[in-house]
Amino acid sequence: MAAVTSGASDAMTRFVERHPAWALIVIIAVAVALWLIFAVWPPGLEEAIGRKRVFLNALFNGITLGGLYFLVASGFTLIFGLMRNVNLAHGSLYLFGGYVGYAISASTGSWILSFIVAFVLTALVGVLLQVLVFRRMEGQDLRQTMVTIGLSIVFADLMLWACGGDFYQIQTPSWLIGPIELPLITAVKSSGEPVYLRYPLVRLVIFLASVIIGIAMWLALNRTRIGMIIRAGVDDRDILAATGVRIQIVFVLVFALGAGLAGIAGVVGGTFQSLSPGEDIRFLLASLVVVIVGGMGSIPGAALGALIIGLAEQLGSVYIPTYAIVVTFLIMVLVLALRPQGLLARR
Amino acid sequence: MSVTHDARIQIRPPASTVQRPAVRSWPDADNPAVWIVAIILLIMPLIANGFFLIEIFATTLILGTMALSLMFLAGYGGMVSLMQLTIAGFCAYMVAVFGVSGNANISLGWPWWLAVPLALTLATIFGTLGGALAVRTEGIYTIMITLAIGAAFYYFTNQNWAIFNGHTGINNVATPHFWGVDWRADIPFYYVVLAIAALCYFAVDYISRAPFGLALQGVRDNPRRMAALGFNVNAHRVAAYAVASFIAGLAGVLQVWNYRQISPGSVSVGACIDILIIAVVGGITRPVGPYIGALVFVLLRTFALDFLVKIGLDGNRFRLLIGLGFLAIVFWSSDGVIGLWQRWRQSHRLQPDRPGGGRSHG
Repeated sequence: MAAVTSGASDAMTRFVERHPAWALIVIIAVAVALWLIFAVWPPGLEEAIGRKRVFLNALFNGITLGGLYFLVASGFTLIFGLMRNVNLAHGSLYLFGGYVGYAISASTGSWILSFIVAFVLTALVGVLLQVLVFRRMEGQDLRQTMVTIGLSIVFADLMLWACGGDFYQIQTPSWLIGPIELPLITAVKSSGEPVYLRYPLVRLVIFLASVIIGIAMWLALNRTRIGMIIRAGVDDRDILAATGVRIQIVFVLVFALGAGLAGIAGVVGGTFQSLSPGEDIRFLLASLVVVIVGGMGSIPGAALGALIIGLAEQLGSVYIPTYAIVVTFLIMVLVLALRPQGLLARR
Repeated sequence: MSVTHDARIQIRPPASTVQRPAVRSWPDADNPAVWIVAIILLIMPLIANGFFLIEIFATTLILGTMALSLMFLAGYGGMVSLMQLTIAGFCAYMVAVFGVSGNANISLGWPWWLAVPLALTLATIFGTLGGALAVRTEGIYTIMITLAIGAAFYYFTNQNWAIFNGHTGINNVATPHFWGVDWRADIPFYYVVLAIAALCYFAVDYISRAPFGLALQGVRDNPRRMAALGFNVNAHRVAAYAVASFIAGLAGVLQVWNYRQISPGSVSVGACIDILIIAVVGGITRPVGPYIGALVFVLLRTFALDFLVKIGLDGNRFRLLIGLGFLAIVFWSSDGVIGLWQRWRQSHRLQPDRPGGGRSHG
C-alpha cells in the first residue's frame, strides 16, 4: 500500500482539489478508524459493538487477507491489462502453486524453498499456456476466456485426481510460530495495567512480504525499461508492436510473472488457511471482485480493491455473520453503479 | 416492455421486407428431419422407459432451456452471461420458499399457481437487475461480473439460514396435483417439460426475427451505429436480460419439480459454468444448439462413468472428459456441434445451401 500512497501523491492533491466534500469524508473516516485502532475504547462503545480485541483481530485479519488477495489479483489484473485475457484458470494456478508448495515443504521441510519452487513451476505452466494456447488465438477475447474455463475444469479435475479431496495445510516454519505483542492497547485491566494485542507473527510477515512484492512490482513497472514496455503495451499493444518491441516475449514474461504470483499466493494461502478442491473457485471469485472494484488492469487498483474486500469480508463475518458475502457483493454493485471502470482505472 | 414497442415502431420501414417471408413460414418447416425429431419427442413415452424419459430427456430439455436463455443473450445480444443458472436456481428457491416443502418453518405453503408466477416475477426482476449491472460495462467484463454474481449467490445460499436454509437447502418440495393428475408422474411431467421447452424454443426463434430481436442483433454487431440510429442500446440489452431471465426462471421451476429439492450445490459455480459449456458445445448461433449440447452433456454425465470403467480408466474422471471435450470444441469449431455438422454437410454436398459456421463468436 505504500506503493499506492507514494505513487498517487500528486493524484491525491488533484482529488482533494476536485472533490473537497469527498476528501473531507475520507479524512473523517480515516480519523475515526485511527481513533478506533489506537484509543482505549470507552465502556459504552464496548457494550454497543463488542470488545476492542475482537475488532482489532478482525481488522488485522482483513488487512492480511487483503495482502493475500492482492497477491492473487495482481497477477490476474496484470495478465488482463496487457493481454485482455480474462484468465479464469487463475484460481487453478493458485491451487496448483499451493499443492506444489505443500509437496516441497513436506518433503524438504523448507518453507522458503517451497515459495521458490511454486513460483517457478506455476510460472512455467503460465509460459506453456501462453505459448501453446493463447498465442494461437490472439485478439479473440471471448474464445480465450472460454479456453481458460475449459482449462480450469481440466486442471481442477487433474488436481483432484492427484491430491484427492483432503485438506492440506503447509507447515509454518518454527521461527514464525506463535503470536507477538503489538503496541496496541486492547483494554485496560482494573489494576490499570494495559493489555496489548497479540497477533500471529506469520500473518504479519506474510502481509509485509506482499507489501514488499507490491512495491517491487510498482517500481519494476514504473522505473525500469521492461516496465515501461509493459505499461505501453497496456495502453496500446499494436503501436508497441509496431515500434519494434518483440511483444510476444513481453506477453510470455508477463504471463509467467502473473502465474508465478498466483503460485506464491497459493503457498501463502496454504500456510495461513488450507488447500482443498473448491479453493480455486473461491480465489478466482476473490480476484474477480477485487479487480472489478479496483479497476481492471491496474496494480494500485488491485491493492486498494484487495484491502477493501479483505476488510469487508473479515469485519463482515464478525459483525454480520450471515450476510458477510452480501457486503462484498454490495461493494461491487456500488462501485459498478458509481464508477463502472473501477476505483483506480484510468479509462 | 416499452423497449420492444419502441423498437417495433422504429424498425418497421426497413424490416417490412425481411419480415414478411419470415412470418409466413417457420424457417425449418419444410425440413423433414425437423418433423421426425418433433414426432419422436411427442411419442417418446411409448419408446423410452421412466429412467430415460426423466433422467435423460426431461433433464436434457430442462438444462437445454437454461442454456437456451444463455444462447439468446450470447448469440443475439453478444453478452455471455454466466448467471443464467443462478437465476434459474433463484426461481427454484422461490418456488420452494413460497410453495409447500418439507421445511415448514421456511416455506409459506402457498398453492403452486400462486407461488410459481410470483417466483417467476421475482426471478425476472433479479435477472434484470443483474443484467442492468452487467451492461454497465462491455464485452469481456460481462463474463466476470455475471460470474461474480453467480458465485456471490452460491456463497450467500450457503451462509443464509433464514430463507435459503444454508447448505442443506430445501427438501421435499411439493409438486402440483390438479384435475386428478399427478403432474410429477413420469409421463405427465415429461409432457409439461416438453411443452415449456417447445414454448421457449419457439419464443426465442420468434423473437430473433421480430423487430426487437433484429434490433438486438444490430446492437450486438455495432452498438455505436445502433445508438446513432436512435436505438437505446442499454435498454435493449437489459430487455434481453429480462427475456432470458424469464426463460431461465421457467427452467428453474421445472428443475425444482424434477428433483423436488434445491440446495446450494445446484447453484454452484461449477454448475453455472456447465450451462455455458452446454450452450457452447451445442452452438450459440441457433436456438437448437443448447438442446443438442444438453443432450450430449446429459448422456456424458450419465454414461461416462460406465464407459470409462469399461475401457479400463477411472470412472471418476467424468469432469476431465467434459473439460477436454469443451476445449476441443472451442479449439476447432467456433459454432459447436452445429458448426461441425454444417461443415461436414458442406464438404459432402458441393453446393452449400447456407454459409456454415457463420459468424465466429470470438
